[in-house]
Amino acid sequence: MANVPNPEELTKVEYRPPLEPWMDSKAEFKKGAYCNAALPKWLEILDYPYPREWSVTDEDWKLPENWKEIFLTAFEDRLDRFRSFRLFMDICVRCGACADKCHYFIGGGDPKNMPVLRAELLRSIYRRYFTRAGKMFGKLAGARDLTEDVLKELFYYFYQCSECRRCSVFCPFGIDMAEITILGRELLSSVGLNIEWIMASVGSCYRTGSHIGAPPHAYKDTIEFFEEECEEVTGIKPNPSFNRKGAEILFVAPSGDYFADPGTYTFMGYLLLFEYLGLDYTVSGYAAEGGNFGYFMSHEMGKRLNYKIYAEAERLGVKWILGGECGHMWRVLNQYMDTWNGPADFLEEPVSPITGTKFENAKATKMVHITEFTADLIRNGKLNLDKSRNDHIITTFHDSCNPARALGLFEEPRYIINNVCNNFYEMPEDTIREKTFCCGSGSGLNADENFELRMRGGFPRANALRYVHEKHGVNHLSCVCAIDRAVFPPLLEYWVPGVDVTGVHEMVANALVIPGETERKTDLRFRPLKGFESEETEDD
Amino acid sequence: MSEEKKEIINSLKETGFYKPGKIYDRGKVIAGIVVFIIVAAFPFFYNAGKAAKMPEPKLDTPVIRQLPEAERVCVLPKQEMRENHMVLLDEWRDQVVREGNREYTGYTGKKYTISLQNTCMECHSNYEEFCNECHQYTVQTPACWGCHIQKPKEWAG
Amino acid sequence: MSFNLAYYFPLFSVIALLFISYLGVRVGLEMFFGVIMPYLAFIVFFVGVIDRIVKWARTPVPYRIPTTCGQNKTLPWIKRTIRDKFENPESMFYVMGRMFMEVFFFRSLFRNMRTELRPWGKYPEGGKLIYWSSKWLWIGALAFHYSLIVILLRHLRFFMETSPSCLNLLESLDGFFIIYAPTVYLSGLVLLAAIIYLLLRRIFDMKVRYISLAADFFPLFMILGIGITGLFMRYFYRVDMVAVKELTLGLATFHPTIPEGIGAIFYMHLFLVAVLFAYFPFSKLMHLPGVFFSVTRNMAGNNRWKRHENPWEYEPRHFTYMDQEDMYRKQMKKAGIPLEKDIEE
Repeated sequence: MANVPNPEELTKVEYRPPLEPWMDSKAEFKKGAYCNAALPKWLEILDYPYPREWSVTDEDWKLPENWKEIFLTAFEDRLDRFRSFRLFMDICVRCGACADKCHYFIGGGDPKNMPVLRAELLRSIYRRYFTRAGKMFGKLAGARDLTEDVLKELFYYFYQCSECRRCSVFCPFGIDMAEITILGRELLSSVGLNIEWIMASVGSCYRTGSHIGAPPHAYKDTIEFFEEECEEVTGIKPNPSFNRKGAEILFVAPSGDYFADPGTYTFMGYLLLFEYLGLDYTVSGYAAEGGNFGYFMSHEMGKRLNYKIYAEAERLGVKWILGGECGHMWRVLNQYMDTWNGPADFLEEPVSPITGTKFENAKATKMVHITEFTADLIRNGKLNLDKSRNDHIITTFHDSCNPARALGLFEEPRYIINNVCNNFYEMPEDTIREKTFCCGSGSGLNADENFELRMRGGFPRANALRYVHEKHGVNHLSCVCAIDRAVFPPLLEYWVPGVDVTGVHEMVANALVIPGETERKTDLRFRPLKGFESEETEDD
Repeated sequence: MSEEKKEIINSLKETGFYKPGKIYDRGKVIAGIVVFIIVAAFPFFYNAGKAAKMPEPKLDTPVIRQLPEAERVCVLPKQEMRENHMVLLDEWRDQVVREGNREYTGYTGKKYTISLQNTCMECHSNYEEFCNECHQYTVQTPACWGCHIQKPKEWAG
Repeated sequence: MSFNLAYYFPLFSVIALLFISYLGVRVGLEMFFGVIMPYLAFIVFFVGVIDRIVKWARTPVPYRIPTTCGQNKTLPWIKRTIRDKFENPESMFYVMGRMFMEVFFFRSLFRNMRTELRPWGKYPEGGKLIYWSSKWLWIGALAFHYSLIVILLRHLRFFMETSPSCLNLLESLDGFFIIYAPTVYLSGLVLLAAIIYLLLRRIFDMKVRYISLAADFFPLFMILGIGITGLFMRYFYRVDMVAVKELTLGLATFHPTIPEGIGAIFYMHLFLVAVLFAYFPFSKLMHLPGVFFSVTRNMAGNNRWKRHENPWEYEPRHFTYMDQEDMYRKQMKKAGIPLEKDIEE
């Protein structure tokens, strides 16, 4: 990461597009702006086509001999299967409203990162091979031949889209770049072009149970470690069960929450909350992954990973499923799970065992978002909360792309934050809720080698955070997304040092007064609470 | 289709290769198409069974009847009047109201006094059968009667 | 596509079309330009649009993927504003409301804003992003489309023997300021202004210029050409309206005739219109029917309580729980995780 430009250099963005027409320019693979090629072993595990050793920077990508035919056949197939795809290929008027809505364009200025043009990369091929005008008039009709250079360009730019859907909010026809990117990546997959970061996660998740490759026993081990950490802070040791049949609720969290700080604190928050409630729940080493990197490479792979949740719920005989804080996980659970792997007739309509509230909005998928669950608890006065325990936290809330634009979960997290924390400030209006900015690393782009692109993509979010940081002294960014919790720390260290990242349930557990707990002097991260700062220094 | 392509399609079939057959959201789509047909072809429906009647502006007024055949001409040739009479009237209005000049020389050299009601309508005294005949046909309301009040001739100044 | 190709080619194409029709009428091809071409264009338009709609309709909607722009319906006490209800619709009723706003008021375009990176010395990174509401494109688009509709409706009088009173009212409103004779219509002026704005934007906004194709300039030049020939015909090179109506009404009643004495400019105007109609189904102009099919707008955000079926859903290979247990049985047992099939001692 030595050759990453500093923030000052990175904010000198050239938005003026080059004079050379876009169809004539080849993609230039800039170091720090692409992800490495997938290793063959993952493709073999997953039965994905054309596993081979190749490298993005090589001239020869070792494509299958008839790659063009495969690509175009797969293209036609997707056109026949997805109305969205066919429509979005047909109706764009290139008004340009989406151009400056993409965080990669705002932070990088590469004109092919304007959503309209990123889509045109594929549309030009659509016109050439699937429309009469394109076949007849070629370039004049905005069509171009599919060549290896074009394929490389597609690869480069479809892995510079984080499927955040912000452009779709502003498009007068609702054209969704995320949909085009998902299908574009499927097409790339069909000729054996995948990135390692996604494939490794998917391959690991498929077999071991989670993206991070933790098999059931390791998963249990990790959680037991959290139990001890919880005990150290609160004196209370949560007692979750593993793969237990007959539990009322199956709890599924994204693996990011038990992989690394600060996600782990959120996981500790879940455990403490459940312990406080005496919830009859279990976690599973098979459905150990709420997130779904499979969805970042193809619909099929998304389905194959998502399959485990219902399958495991059925095997364990639980009544309903509770899902942790995660962004794309909730897009999948909301918009795809039931269609892919439902109907979940073997489950019951979710009812909170504590408050008796029926979650009627989840009566088909039978899966409840944990912020809904907790908001309901707070609303019914079931939680004894001491807000002052979060007084060292001045927070803002980052709406993650998917809960915002593919579910519409805005109020629950805010309601919870307002009930557990005294200092909450919103970022500027144009950067929150449905207009929220991506962390810059979503959709499987959070690989280290992709660092510069991630910093550029995260710039708009960081810049809005900078505003409340300076104005209100905000020192925490709270969010309900595991990828956020994984990628914001380096991003904020780069752009807005001094701001930490926290999950909503970490703050809940900080504030939660659990009967029988020891006096809390620190938060879950062992940072002194307000009023206990001096004691901490004495201990040192 | 080449053998190779067939092979690819066969391999795709295993993963749900799909060829569209039916119309999805049938009701809504058909309703949409019907609306489109009705809107786009509205004039055809509207006119169905109606025979278009051509306008026949009548020149059969007492004054014209009294004129000898050779003098039955207007200020400009007929075709020009059909296309441009509204412009002429507009120019005349400016000429009379702003400059106070009521003189006009017709294309035959004959001099006329500019006056809608006293000159034009002296010959064309049959407003309904002359003016309205075409104006109704082309659905254009003449702007004349915003200012001019149709009065009996003997009242006119 | 280079700017020259994208810009000049459509420009000269439209000029060429004007020339062709002018010369064609001069050599006596009125029948072609006045009757054959309009009928042909209308058939192509009609069949082409329906064909494309059917093509879209025959493609299934595998997943329900609305773009949610408001709070989802969750717990009953979670406050949802009217905006939330329409922008994250829970039922068909609200979906229709959302579509209505989208189709008639370009709701999403109304959201448009400009993002600007300003040098900002107070921040260590030296730059600050500013967002400001930018409604110009929305105003331009709204002005353009609405004036186009009014003009189209006004033209209905050429195709109907008598015109309904609502059209007459529209016309008198459009010509509210009785300036000049024949009266100047507001819609014509607004259309010209809007189209010039849209053109200038495509030429001088470097980003939009960069993405523009010939297919973007062509319809603009066509409509500009149609507008200019229309204005010229009404105000400068006037034609015999009775004869024009005889021709157009003849088309509408399937009794086509070519009356004597209609100026060439009329045929030029009509020819451009015909070409535009014929071009419609194969172009981006299909965004008109297309917007109704937009799955991110026309679906309810009710996924979690109403199942959506995908007609081609298939079962891929899965890695089952038993597969996993078989792989890790020993370690799982050691970790004290319950097993389906215990290890045989």
